[in-house]
Amino acid sequence: MKLTVTGNVKEYADGLTVAKLIELEKVETPLYVTVSINDEFIASGTFEETVLHEGDIVEFLYFMGGGQR
Amino acid sequence: MALSNEQLERYSRHIILSEVGAKGQKKILDSKVLIIGAGGLGAPAALYLAAAGVGTIGIADADEVDLSNLQRQVIHTTPDVGKAKVLSAQETMNAINPQITVNTYRQFVDASNIMDLIADYDFILDGTDNFPAKFLINDACVLAKKPFSHAGIIRFKGQLMTYVPDKGPCYRCVFREPPPPDAVPTCRQAGVIGAMGGVIGSLQAMEAIKYIIGKGDLLTGYLLTYDALKMDFRKVKLPKVSNCAVCGDSPSILKPFDYEQAVCKV
Repeated sequence: MKLTVTGNVKEYADGLTVAKLIELEKVETPLYVTVSINDEFIASGTFEETVLHEGDIVEFLYFMGGGQR
Repeated sequence: MALSNEQLERYSRHIILSEVGAKGQKKILDSKVLIIGAGGLGAPAALYLAAAGVGTIGIADADEVDLSNLQRQVIHTTPDVGKAKVLSAQETMNAINPQITVNTYRQFVDASNIMDLIADYDFILDGTDNFPAKFLINDACVLAKKPFSHAGIIRFKGQLMTYVPDKGPCYRCVFREPPPPDAVPTCRQAGVIGAMGGVIGSLQAMEAIKYIIGKGDLLTGYLLTYDALKMDFRKVKLPKVSNCAVCGDSPSILKPFDYEQAVCKV
């Protein structure tokens, strides 16, 4: 199936979960990433059971500090 | 009050813009912007806001200028090392534009003082380096109905978003609560390219100016992310979260509070 992940359209295996996608995409801080699917945030405890579907648009949003010091 | 000849000359490149004009420039001169953190983000933002003629600029920071700051905190110079950052920043802003008022707050911003601090300002710019401060600024601005710009930078990446009261999601809608100390790398641990503060801090200044003159579209409801190595800017749409703890329909956060400050282990 095709997914749009952080703006890039790629082919993924059917039945892929958000947790597995996080692993495949080598998300740097997998425990502290915010995930949206089709412009809806998904709850952070549900990455294992959330299954992605053809055409889903997935975004990863990261904590970013920095600035002052 | 009409603009003086000196002001007409100083701000001529603004005034010639149809979106600004003399009317918009007067709005800028009458505006008050608070910058929390005189660091990598706050430094470039402060320079541009001072140059633009923002009439009152508040700058809050408890630190002194360190040699390791100068790689990116362009408002401070080598002779400023050891000086209070807010004083160094004030001197540079007044050297650029003696007509503006710069209020300095040499203090840590916390739950006890943030509501008083932001009360007098029209727009707040988050230039802090840590998550407890970012959540504090978010909560206080939501509660006080103040617009603010959030930003973060690390390595070759940066991001920002603009919160406008009653219009769009807040920082807590996206990130819920701070990560545990040391769970997410900081600039001190991971490094940051100096120009990143310039890019993202300048965008924060741009958001403030657009808000003040009331022109264009703000980054409300979007997170702009910038990856310098891939040379990629992206606007990611942010849904508003109806059960957000501070800006949601039945909020549980009714006054600002402090999270425990992460102690940097270097």
